[in-house]
Amino acid sequence: MHALLQYILSYLDSDKTPGGAGNIFWATVYILLVFAGLSVAVIAMNWLERKILAHMQVRLGPMRVGPHGLLQPIADAIKLLLKEDIIPAEADAVVFWIAPFIVVLAAFTVFVVVPFGPTHAITDMNIGILFMLGVSSLSVLGIVTAGWASNSHYPLIGALRSSAQMVSYEVAMGLAVVSVILMTSLNDQSTGTLSMIGIVQAQLAQQEWFIFKFFPLGLIGFGIFAIAMVAETNRAPFDLPEAESELTAGFHTEYSGFRWSLFFLAEYSAMIAVSSIAVTLWLGGWLRPFPNLLVGPTWDLVFLLFPGITFLLLAAMCFYNTARMPKHPLFKVQTIGLAGFGAVLGLIGLILFLPAVRIRVNDIFWFSAKVAGFMYLYIWYRGTFPRYRFDQLMKVGWKVLLPTGLALLVLTAVVGMRSELWAELQGVWRP
Amino acid sequence: MNDPTSLSPLDLETPDKTFLDANELVINMGPQHPATHGVLRVILRLDGEKVMGLECVIGYLHRGVEKIAENRTYTMFNPYVDRMDYVAAVSNGLGYCEAVEKLLNVEAPPRAQYVRVILTELNRMASHQLWLGTHALDIGAITPLFYTFRDREEILKIFEKYCGARLTTHAFRIGGLQYETYDGFEKDVKTFVAFVRPKIDEYEELLTTNRIWLERTKGVGKISGQDAIALGVTGPVLRASGVKWDIRKALPYANYKNFDFDIPTGENGDTYDRYLVRMAEFRQSLRIIEQAVDHIPEGPIMAKVPKVIKPPVGEIYHSIEAPKGELGYFIVSDGSTQPYRIRVRPPSFVNLQALDVMCRGQLVADVIAVIGTLDIVLGEVDR
Amino acid sequence: MNPAGMIPAGTNPPVATPFFFYLLAAIMIVGGVMVITRKNAVHSAMALITTLLAQAALYLMLYAPFVAGVQIILYAGGIMVLFLFVIMLISIERAEKERQFNKQWLVGIVAAAALGGLFIAVYTTTTKGRALFPEGRMTYGETQNTQQIAALLFDRNVGQYMFAFEIASLLLLVAIIGAVVMAKKRI
Repeated sequence: MHALLQYILSYLDSDKTPGGAGNIFWATVYILLVFAGLSVAVIAMNWLERKILAHMQVRLGPMRVGPHGLLQPIADAIKLLLKEDIIPAEADAVVFWIAPFIVVLAAFTVFVVVPFGPTHAITDMNIGILFMLGVSSLSVLGIVTAGWASNSHYPLIGALRSSAQMVSYEVAMGLAVVSVILMTSLNDQSTGTLSMIGIVQAQLAQQEWFIFKFFPLGLIGFGIFAIAMVAETNRAPFDLPEAESELTAGFHTEYSGFRWSLFFLAEYSAMIAVSSIAVTLWLGGWLRPFPNLLVGPTWDLVFLLFPGITFLLLAAMCFYNTARMPKHPLFKVQTIGLAGFGAVLGLIGLILFLPAVRIRVNDIFWFSAKVAGFMYLYIWYRGTFPRYRFDQLMKVGWKVLLPTGLALLVLTAVVGMRSELWAELQGVWRP
Repeated sequence: MNDPTSLSPLDLETPDKTFLDANELVINMGPQHPATHGVLRVILRLDGEKVMGLECVIGYLHRGVEKIAENRTYTMFNPYVDRMDYVAAVSNGLGYCEAVEKLLNVEAPPRAQYVRVILTELNRMASHQLWLGTHALDIGAITPLFYTFRDREEILKIFEKYCGARLTTHAFRIGGLQYETYDGFEKDVKTFVAFVRPKIDEYEELLTTNRIWLERTKGVGKISGQDAIALGVTGPVLRASGVKWDIRKALPYANYKNFDFDIPTGENGDTYDRYLVRMAEFRQSLRIIEQAVDHIPEGPIMAKVPKVIKPPVGEIYHSIEAPKGELGYFIVSDGSTQPYRIRVRPPSFVNLQALDVMCRGQLVADVIAVIGTLDIVLGEVDR
Repeated sequence: MNPAGMIPAGTNPPVATPFFFYLLAAIMIVGGVMVITRKNAVHSAMALITTLLAQAALYLMLYAPFVAGVQIILYAGGIMVLFLFVIMLISIERAEKERQFNKQWLVGIVAAAALGGLFIAVYTTTTKGRALFPEGRMTYGETQNTQQIAALLFDRNVGQYMFAFEIASLLLLVAIIGAVVMAKKRI
């Protein structure tokens, strides 16, 4: 018993991730935390998408199920679970059953290496980014088999188109990622790293987020990745394979109820995963803004207070909307619910002010805030842009993003090694 | 080579044969489809992704309006014309009333004509707003729909205040108007004009220079001016192909001569030009409304028309510039209270014939964009 | 357990190595057998994917994480997707009409067993065969796989595979261009 407690406590002082330290207990705890956090994030994304899209479209969105529609995702989940499970007659039942699980598996396994802080990852593989790209490419298999297992022409064509799109944009994503890996090697020992935590630490060591590095090269790399990641997750404006007003319906036509909700879960998880990659590689991961400009203990304190302030602002918004609720007996439950929700948020905000908590939570907060910014971008794109036609979509991926990525790679290498190159050239001309 | 726009509609294009030959596919976009703006059936012949030819099957909304007309008096038939192009009902009413007035050889008094022009131009704006919202929705931009419908509400409120109905308004009567304009009509119209001007800029901001919109609409659904004239296409579709033909200027009616406005035209005849032409028409309609609302003359709203309308024996064809194109009424009177024959020339019906020529050589995903850009209303096509 | 000095000094000892090795090997063998015995081509492809993923895990156990990552990205996530494309597009009608085993299966088993026995004999009894698995190969730690591969490709002194690498990629490019030209249609 004492040995078990010793085992648990021995990790708390280490400077490695649980996987790196070999501590199975904490690794499991982290896995459960990430799983729970991801589920909450997906539910929140569902509500946020409907509300934000509605507000962009001059309407209100869900308002009835729970105060301001806050319980809508739960209602949707219950509905999906209770729906009849239909399998097409001629479909291959085994493959039909496996396909959504492949996609979900790929989408969730990626989170093993996502770094929420310098030691706040489940594990830190030294091929971290390679692992993330690889496992997210496994979801393509799930989509292809889902389309095939439906045994119908239109889902098959939709699935093949969707997977062709995803595979094409993986190339562009890979090139942008490689240019960042080059930037991580700009230290004294010329050791670059593929590990996610190592990339953020390289940004810390070089005191510059990679989006600003070698301006505008970092920005262009970020732009390529930002476009490719939207296409990778089949979201607007690249959502032709999923759109219902086109002739071929998407690969998940024949899926209903729980299986469809698995695809939906995997799509949002994949969005969060690629946003995490973008945040880690270009936006400095868990680092707070302006680490080199606004230095000093007072600025550190200011940025440490951000999580608490954010939650208190959210609580204030809840209370404000509680005051604006109609004073009608039918709305009593909703008003109390919203006030309670606001109270919970306020409580969390107050807890986040405690020094012991705020130091630990700061990294996670900044990482999540940046990923949340990306989620808002996703929803904004969906509300604003028309849809690309499929051949135009492939044209953008192959003819625009790929050459730009290649040029970016060469330019990054040249600029990064300019002093060595210059020494080489001098050596060649004046042997 | 195989320039699709120069083919006569009866020529059938042969698919390219390659090493790995694909079969020709016949696909049906059934009467129920989210993007065909009504009950339209389109049968597509595809070679891979390219459209080789298409055929429209219509008639799902046929209600026998023209036959009904033979058994109604002229006044009784007035509400029926609203139901043809139900989006732009006021224009339908204007065309019919003016045709019968021509047959009776009366002219509506100036006050009635000014109010008619204001309401018709408001209706043109409402129709174009609906077109913009649904067309953008088909192409994937889901937000402009809500903006245009929100602004269209203001127009419908004015109609409701004036004649009690929002959509099928039955606003005009043979010989003028029935209802005097309500108190505050001019104020409402002026407020609306000031309200909607920046909104049109908002729609343009979302779409006109948007790279994805440009790629989806430029070069899509081209039709040359000659083909358009040969097929009888009218309205913004014709004007976008470079032909400057607008009945309000060419054969003016309802004292459009008194107003100063331009006829926007396009150059290429593709979907983008049709979009630009209709956006410009928004602004020209606002110009006309502004000029009209300041100068509504006083006077009677109804001309001297007998209680029982019995036009002399004869026939007349009168056409107006409806939002969708040339809307024409051919009325044959045999001297009795009921017309012998009323034939309606709906603009959407004739424009739909051009769908085949426009879609040759395009991809399947573009067919929906082209149907949207033609701005058809099935009520009008089928009557 | 430290068989043949295979665990490099200074790294964490692996956890339950024999258990995982036998598990992965079993998965690979079962997957391989399913590839050739399934009637449905898509089922065979999915069994192949399982085999490849187990192989990637085996690479991880051999302290070669880069190779494992590349195996997943390229082989399981790229090549198998193309396999599936072709299977689904071409043989959607003729799914289950093929005979699974031809009549020579007894001769086939005897030949395969003989070949396998020959391999095993060569690798375990002859001196040159045993020299293929020197103990020194495992001195690279897990952290160095990427760098070692990069050195073999690009390093001025050690790198000897650059030319072969480029020739292989050129070959792939030729194949891509050929496929595109043959199947191209004017859209």
